[in-house]
Amino acid sequence: MSRMPIVAALVGNPNAGKSALFNALTGARQKIANYPGVTVERKAGRLILPTGEPVELVDLPGSYGFDSTSPDEEVTRKVIMGEQTGQAQPDVIVLVLDSSNLEQHLVFAQEVLELGRPTVVALNMVDLAERDGLVLDPAALETALGVPVIPTVAVRRRGLAELGAAIGEARDRARAHEAHPRPHVTLPERRMLAHEMASAAIISETAKHRIHAKLDKALLHPWAGPPILFALLFVVFQAVFTWATPFADGLEALVGSLGDLVKATLPESLLRDLITDGIIAGVGSVVVFLPQIVILFFFILTMEATGYMARAAFLMDRLMAGVGLSGRSFIPLLSSFACAIPGIMATRSITDPKDRLTTILIAPMMTCSARLPVYAVIIAAFIPNDKVGPGIGLQGLVLFALYVAGIVGAMLVALVLRRSVTKGAASGFIMELPKYQLPTIKDLAIGLWQRAWIFLRRAGTMIFTVTIALWILLNFPRAEPGQDQINASVAGTLANGLAVVLEPIGFNRDMSLAIIPAMAAREVAVSSLATTYAVSASDDDDQTAMALGDQLKSRWTLPMALSFLAWFVFAPQCLSTIAVARRETNGWKWPSFMLAYLFALAYLASFVTFWTAMALGLG
Amino acid sequence: MTLDQLPLGTPARIASVDWSALVAEEAQRLQSLGLDAGARVTLAYRGVFAGHDPLAVEIGRMTVALRRVHARAMTVEPITEAVGA
Repeated sequence: MSRMPIVAALVGNPNAGKSALFNALTGARQKIANYPGVTVERKAGRLILPTGEPVELVDLPGSYGFDSTSPDEEVTRKVIMGEQTGQAQPDVIVLVLDSSNLEQHLVFAQEVLELGRPTVVALNMVDLAERDGLVLDPAALETALGVPVIPTVAVRRRGLAELGAAIGEARDRARAHEAHPRPHVTLPERRMLAHEMASAAIISETAKHRIHAKLDKALLHPWAGPPILFALLFVVFQAVFTWATPFADGLEALVGSLGDLVKATLPESLLRDLITDGIIAGVGSVVVFLPQIVILFFFILTMEATGYMARAAFLMDRLMAGVGLSGRSFIPLLSSFACAIPGIMATRSITDPKDRLTTILIAPMMTCSARLPVYAVIIAAFIPNDKVGPGIGLQGLVLFALYVAGIVGAMLVALVLRRSVTKGAASGFIMELPKYQLPTIKDLAIGLWQRAWIFLRRAGTMIFTVTIALWILLNFPRAEPGQDQINASVAGTLANGLAVVLEPIGFNRDMSLAIIPAMAAREVAVSSLATTYAVSASDDDDQTAMALGDQLKSRWTLPMALSFLAWFVFAPQCLSTIAVARRETNGWKWPSFMLAYLFALAYLASFVTFWTAMALGLG
Repeated sequence: MTLDQLPLGTPARIASVDWSALVAEEAQRLQSLGLDAGARVTLAYRGVFAGHDPLAVEIGRMTVALRRVHARAMTVEPITEAVGA
């Protein structure tokens, strides 16, 4: 007999360990999407009960209470109440409590229990509580709450089977009985009850032996903390460039031999050219950056999982306050280093609307991973691989400078915006600093896999399509014998027109050509350069074998390359970001503003870079 | 004494909070984190740069970051630690 799966939802305070529990329960069988109409992420997965019954498990955003104002917490409330479109009301609520923070987490727990919905409590991270010298009595808590309480340790898979069984039983009980909403109590009363219940559930509490207090002593130290943070960020950027090299080289060789294989097997034709020059050269040149993106996300996910990200926000708050933002903006901005889209979506946790708008407007200036392929190719071709110090390479240093340029630009823009268009009451900064935790390999692996998959899917769909379209535009109409194919093509004609405007900033025709399809996704600039030079090299056998870097070196000067880099620091080269900004700001007003000011800034930056480099005689 | 003036590491009880001095949404957020009259708190860290902003406050087994402007609205009484209290 096939039954409808039980729908269960994980509910709890932020930092209750919900996501780790979710990963442990569902493994890699997860689906990530958005709730319809809002950009809050919906994470769902499947687990099979010991009885063989399937459960659809939904991980809801962490919440402190039902009357909260943030869009994330609104979704949590609506799903529990059964008011969220696109989500069936959960049959069973799995209330996740942090064992070492019971008094706090029991406040929201009571609010959820008041609804009288079938509920199971996961007393999570009991191991960490024990480490902190807390011995708990789950039975006492069960009596006090009136629902089953299962101690769990997600990381070590403790209590997972019991939790699953309890979910099934809760659903069966609910079928036999009607829901009984409990009487409503006020917040101060809930807080008092929480204190009583927590005290009753604690068997013994030894002197606070807390590792995180010691870590915070160093990491939040007024003078040591910020240098540690900056050193860490510097290591991240060096790692992105150096650790990835062997993997990227391997992928590049693979792409090259794939192209050779196709060349050797297929007869010479326009179709073969499409496959080798268009698809393999184009998509391949983007895929080779997968290792760098994985490494960057590895650091971001690790910082989140360990709890350091919140400390970084704390350390950055004063600096951010200097430009009218708060430490809360730091997390969306740091996420924007991977991609502005999740970054802009993460601004939903910023409560002040003006603060949030400013963060959205400057997020595209953070160097996203899609710029990395562009930077990497240009830097590798034009910046010598010299050592400027122990463990510090010149290439890594230039990359770091590009990141810094984006950050400084963003801060200056924020400063101006907060004094003009997004003027408002001074924003505040209130956030919980979660306990430090060792990240688990499984949680990291799942997170990395999801990011890598999103990147590859983009390469396989959008970049694939854009590359083919560009190849067609580059190859038609066909050139007369002796005529340059690119100048004859549709794309070349367009680029020659655009080049007139971009000439003052040092762009040649190929650079102008590259930034058009890069509007779809920045990294396409690399694949379009690769395709362009592959097409033009077909006429000239000597150059066919040249790698993209050598092609660039033979055709561009250093000031041109630097100007191209400066353009990519600021230019709003990504339609998806504009689309997300439109959705998040409910209209075209702010995305249009964003486009205009970023293009102006990019043009100015490239102009200054190009002519400064020329004046210094680098050309 | 207000919370921002409390010496680091000194346990104290929040005597009263002037909610009217705060933006309504921030007041609600502080309350939902348990920062309200009667709560026992310790000031754990002060920020680095000028103004010693933000502050990290320990409440129960949780650490909460907030700004001085919030702490100034909270009047605290240091707890003279009785043995075993």
